Amino acid sequence: MLKIEDLKASIEGKEILKGINLEVKAGEVHAIMGPNGSGKSTLASVLAGRDEYEVTSGSVSYNGEDLLDMDPEERAREGVFLAFQYPVEIPGVSTTNFLKTSINQIREHRGQDPLDAVSFLSRVKEKMKLVEMDQSLLSRALNEGFSGGEKKRNEVFQMAMLEPKLKILDETDSGLDIDALRIVANGVNKLRNEDNATIVVTHYQRLLEYIVPDYVHVLYNGRIVKSGTKDLALELEEKGYDWIKAEAAV
Amino acid sequence: MPELYNKEGLKARFDNWEKQLNGEKSSDFHSFRKESFDSYLKVGTPSRKNEEYKYTGLDKVIEKNFTEDDWNRSVEISDQAVKDRIIQDLDAYSIFFINGILNKELSHWDELSKEINLMTVKEAFEANEKDCIENFGKHATPESDPFTAINDSLTNEGIYINIKKGQILSKPVMIYYLNYTEEGGVITHPHNLFVFGENSQGEVIEKFDTIGENHSLSNIVSEIVVNRSAVVKYYKIQSEHNGNVHVGNTQVWQDERSNFTSTTLSFGGMMVRNNLNITLDASHCEANMYGLSLLKDNHHVDHHTTVDHRKPHADSNELYKGVFDDKSTGVFNGKIFVRQDAQKTNAFQSNRNVLLSEDATINTKPQLEIWADDVKCSHGATTGQIDPEQLFYLRSRGMDKQSARALLLYAFAMDIVEHIGNEQVRNYLENLISERLHKNF
Ligand SMILES: Nc1ncnc2c1ncn2[C@@H]1O[C@H](COP(=O)(O)OP(=O)(O)O)[C@@H](O)[C@H]1O
Ligand SMILES: [Mg+2]
Repeated sequence: MLKIEDLKASIEGKEILKGINLEVKAGEVHAIMGPNGSGKSTLASVLAGRDEYEVTSGSVSYNGEDLLDMDPEERAREGVFLAFQYPVEIPGVSTTNFLKTSINQIREHRGQDPLDAVSFLSRVKEKMKLVEMDQSLLSRALNEGFSGGEKKRNEVFQMAMLEPKLKILDETDSGLDIDALRIVANGVNKLRNEDNATIVVTHYQRLLEYIVPDYVHVLYNGRIVKSGTKDLALELEEKGYDWIKAEAAV
Repeated sequence: MPELYNKEGLKARFDNWEKQLNGEKSSDFHSFRKESFDSYLKVGTPSRKNEEYKYTGLDKVIEKNFTEDDWNRSVEISDQAVKDRIIQDLDAYSIFFINGILNKELSHWDELSKEINLMTVKEAFEANEKDCIENFGKHATPESDPFTAINDSLTNEGIYINIKKGQILSKPVMIYYLNYTEEGGVITHPHNLFVFGENSQGEVIEKFDTIGENHSLSNIVSEIVVNRSAVVKYYKIQSEHNGNVHVGNTQVWQDERSNFTSTTLSFGGMMVRNNLNITLDASHCEANMYGLSLLKDNHHVDHHTTVDHRKPHADSNELYKGVFDDKSTGVFNGKIFVRQDAQKTNAFQSNRNVLLSEDATINTKPQLEIWADDVKCSHGATTGQIDPEQLFYLRSRGMDKQSARALLLYAFAMDIVEHIGNEQVRNYLENLISERLHKNF
């Protein structure tokens, strides 16, 4: 589904991603871990199409197509979804308000008829339950005055609504207490199937107890320095990142 | 050669006009015009050298775009042109000015007359209507602004509305000013007076449209007297037209415990100047001023507002927003006076702007003059672009760039529109703005 080869990206002339290689197949869950500032969010942003980042070399192929050549909205319509680490506040725009337009533009792109108000609302109701979210949040200005947990639930709710193929969750666990974490993880798990793939970015192993990954990668200083199975996450939990840093320095 | 809208040109016009007035020449109403004209002659038409008109050089624009023939344009208008400009779903008492001339036949004149005291200003002067004579030109004085002085000198049309003590208007009064310029330019000087009696309530909407290829100049004055405990909502809607030159003076006087809310929506024009002046002449009154400019092309809109706190314990609250595309220009000047007597005043002002193009400009200037010491006053102005983070967020949800921009700007504009209490007017504006944003920027 996704093939990243030797991806290098910089911002304001500073190289952040220094040659990433990663392949994700349909049905898989990949975890990307690593200390703060190692480039995890940068990778997620580059995949979603944020244009402040300049891709200096490498390629990303998504279902056989050149992902880097697509506008952010095109990527979303083709099924890429990023749950943001820091979702932005948008005064005066509610979640339901923009999702209606989003969904119908995505549907149009896929050659489907637009959802009418009734079917849209019933889908909203169904997906709200998935993340045990309060309906009142959806009609409030996006993320304005939301708690950290509410923001993250709202991201996963949107993910459920848009039914993406490649889901990238950037630190969706941060700011969540254990109950909320369980709910959100449960929601994510329910959205998993053989046709879609998930990339979970986190720097705690905790989330991975609930969303069990097939592969774990350690991103450090702009490179994937180690890959393994879920045991690698446990090892990191136990030993911290210092040994990785030491190994990478060699 | 005398020019059109300067001292010499207007003197020649005024003298010539007076000669044809016959009996009216000795009326009280004309004495008012004559005194106003003497007052105008002392100052003349302001150029950009006048600090108040620094960014808005109306003198040149008027001289360049209008001719002598534009003064007395016929008032024929097609039914369709009227239909196209009315707010369809609004249940209101409509009043029509066509090329500056009141048209009683088109208007709900008789219906409204049954509910309230309604006359033309001249009729009210002839009938010696006390409230009219005491207030007309007493708030929008010739000294308050040179364009008001010109209006006071030349006005020949206008309505006088008096809402009795305790009366609640059953429908809004909706005034349409249609300038029909198919046959040439149009120049108009309407001057209205609205008196809201003690404890009365009502809504007044003024909507301005220019229809046709040629230019129109509206130099309009509206005086609004808000007596004790009256509650008044006032909306001014200026439709986009690149041949439209507009100078509007809205002068409001408020008495104790009254509440006045104004919302000004400007969608464009060659040069538009809106002066909104509110005098809070008593305690416990409240004034709210909202404004929105949505401009493109070479349009220019200048909002000058003044709120004059003269007595203690009164509140004013002001929010003006603007979205500027292409080479459009906005001006915002907000004066707040707090007199020495006006302790415990709360006065808030905010001006927020979004520039969509590098060639668009906004000149914003708050002007606070505070002589009282125990007051709460604040002001703030921001100018920025569309937030790239917000734009990216919406696009990452599958929305195309144009829809995302339109949605963000719509939300920005709704901050103003949501204060409009009248549902039909609000819906009308929501649709207008949404359509406009999806079409242009
Ligand atoms: N907009 C930006 N401008 C400058 N530097 C940035 C910007 N965004 C991220 N960086 C830098 O890139 C590096 C990687 O950041 P990030 O991808 O957020 O790391 P992580 O998500 O792994 O914590 C950090 O050193 C950070 O300071
Ligand atoms: Mg991060």
